[in-house]
Amino acid sequence: MDYFAQQLINGLVLGSIYGLIAIGYTMVYGIVGMINFAHGDIFMIGGFIALITFLILVSFGLTAIPLILLIVLLVSMAITALYGWTVERIAYRPLRHSFRLAPMLSAIGMSFVLTNYSQVAQGARVKPVPPIITGGYTLHEGAEGFVVQLSNIQIIVVVTTIVLLALFTWLVSSTRLGRDMRACEQDQTMASLLGVDVDRTISMTFVIGAALAAVAGMMYLLYYGLVDFFMGFVAGIKAFTAAVLGGIGSLPGAMLGGLLIGLIETLWSAYFSVEYKDVAAFSILIVVLIFLPTGLLGRPEVEKV
Amino acid sequence: MDGRSVSAPPAAQTSRTPGAAFILKKALISAFVALVLFSLMIGVRTEAGPQGQLVYWTRFDDLAIMVAAVFGGSILVELLRRWWGPVDTVRVVPPSVQSALSLAGRLVAPVLLVFTFLVPVLFYNERYILDLAILVLTYVMLGWGLNVVVGLAGLLDLGYVAFYAVGAYSYALLATNFGLSFWICLPLAGILAAFWGVLLGFPVLRLRGDYLAIVTLAFGEIIRLVLINWQTLTGGPNGVTGIPRPTLFGIPLTPADDGLAALLGIEFSPTHRIVFLFYIILALALLTNWVTIRLRRLPLGRAWEALREDEVACRALGINTTTTKLTAFATGALFGGLAGAFFATRQGFISPESFTFHESALVLAIVVLGGMGSQLGVALAALAMIGGFELFRGLDQYRMLVFGMAMVLLMIWRPRGLVGHRAPTVFLKRSQTISSDLVKEGHG
Repeated sequence: MDYFAQQLINGLVLGSIYGLIAIGYTMVYGIVGMINFAHGDIFMIGGFIALITFLILVSFGLTAIPLILLIVLLVSMAITALYGWTVERIAYRPLRHSFRLAPMLSAIGMSFVLTNYSQVAQGARVKPVPPIITGGYTLHEGAEGFVVQLSNIQIIVVVTTIVLLALFTWLVSSTRLGRDMRACEQDQTMASLLGVDVDRTISMTFVIGAALAAVAGMMYLLYYGLVDFFMGFVAGIKAFTAAVLGGIGSLPGAMLGGLLIGLIETLWSAYFSVEYKDVAAFSILIVVLIFLPTGLLGRPEVEKV
Repeated sequence: MDGRSVSAPPAAQTSRTPGAAFILKKALISAFVALVLFSLMIGVRTEAGPQGQLVYWTRFDDLAIMVAAVFGGSILVELLRRWWGPVDTVRVVPPSVQSALSLAGRLVAPVLLVFTFLVPVLFYNERYILDLAILVLTYVMLGWGLNVVVGLAGLLDLGYVAFYAVGAYSYALLATNFGLSFWICLPLAGILAAFWGVLLGFPVLRLRGDYLAIVTLAFGEIIRLVLINWQTLTGGPNGVTGIPRPTLFGIPLTPADDGLAALLGIEFSPTHRIVFLFYIILALALLTNWVTIRLRRLPLGRAWEALREDEVACRALGINTTTTKLTAFATGALFGGLAGAFFATRQGFISPESFTFHESALVLAIVVLGGMGSQLGVALAALAMIGGFELFRGLDQYRMLVFGMAMVLLMIWRPRGLVGHRAPTVFLKRSQTISSDLVKEGHG
């Protein structure tokens, strides 16, 4: 039971990171209707920028951990958001009204570009960082000496996710930008006739998605203590799986899907085999889609002739 | 199209004739964006130090070069755009040029075919060109195979490499464990891959569009992960070695006494085997092409194309979409499996590393660049992609970077593929080429 509780905590933390990335996928899908394949690599870039900022701050003699974390968070969100904006501007905007496969292939190409750009710029080797946030709480001490622990970093990851989600829900439901986004999602032509700047709204969607991915990248760096140039691919596929599992286009769905994928992965590694954890996650995706073809919370698509 | 005219911002009117000030302003903004983007990623280099601790050093010279390159590039692009004129301009081609072009278009396929047959004769002594030709033909075959699924039936498949892997491992395992020959295993590999195609087809029957994309992608990853982890069967990351080479009616192409060279009384040369492999893959690719062209004339092929154009209308007309989709997956997978078996026998060694998502993306790019459904276009796109990829072999680690950029640029330049039209399968009175703008892509 204690073992299970511990795995539950680990799974929720991992799921929060996936959920943050999945929101970027689902948002872009909702508005532009395309799979942003480069989003996983945006997450990886976010991790790298967090790492470099952290290194520079430490070498300048800054020691106050909360201050460092805040600066790292802001810098990495800002620069990664600019990456998201640039990717949309270069690779997707010219193909906005093209046929459906064109932006997807362009996105796959962009993903290759970003992966190899960071490999060339920062080298192929894994970059480890020493644990920055240590300590934690013992929740429960079992009879056999097994302890259920909740580390500080886990608390930070979950709390950050909850805060960002609340902020993001507020943004989508109660601000001008959120209203524009929802309008564009329903009908871009109509929205533009009613005075919504479609191009700007789509750009902002990419910027927000990238900023959330940057937070996920930083959390990943803090939690696992390493980044490498290839981490975007696997994390990206998992997060996209999460978005589809929850029903692509649905924001609560993305978070739910993220948590589910995180839990499945952790529990499968804990009770069955570590090697097949990804196979388990993908298989469950396929099984869920057989019975619910639009995901858990997705709206059924209206078929039109 | 209507969307473009509505959402085009008023700024587009003025940007058609950009002045020097506008170009400079745009270049300055681009350079500034580049400065921020590259500041940390290129300006600072991190590396794990000797004690495992991270160290960093600055590279401001590289950063300056990159920003300057973006500044110059932006000016160049803007000047090119000015010279080329607005994107939407319809260019009127004089009729004489048009007829010359269409004649050339009709001649391309036969000329290319004859040339391909002659490649081993022309380049007999150039091992590198022969190897490259075999590689290109393998991708032509994969492209034609995936074309059945994506181009004809309109089903988006991001995990095509899975069937390639199934074919390769089927042959490798059957040959190394049971000693079966290549010619027995080749159809078996194809059938096994087709079986997996049906297996993938079942869960995705009800899915549309991007749900289909992620499931096929997940399927490809599942196959790869199983190949890596099922060590007792597949040898895991080490792969399968010692895969036997194909024989000519039971005669091996070896320097041994019973080899082909000894039987014919000529001197042995390793090139014989390469030429033999070349003709095998050429025959397999042509078989794929022939079957596809024949199938397109059958009710089945017409059902595929109808499915691509409109699934709901298809069902209303009484076409069984279940069998139509499953046969499309099975046919595509069959060709993927055959190509995989050939790949295994050519390499003599296979490992899961050869079957990554990158391969699926490459084959899909070939199909889309080939104009979705055009057989000649796919062949030309395979030649361009693989040939181009080989040109940058010397660039080493920059190769994938250039490849990705090329993919983005080609999509922006020709989103409908290099060959923008194709002949219709069915026509009423006379055959007209259809612009690929009118061909729908699949929504699942």
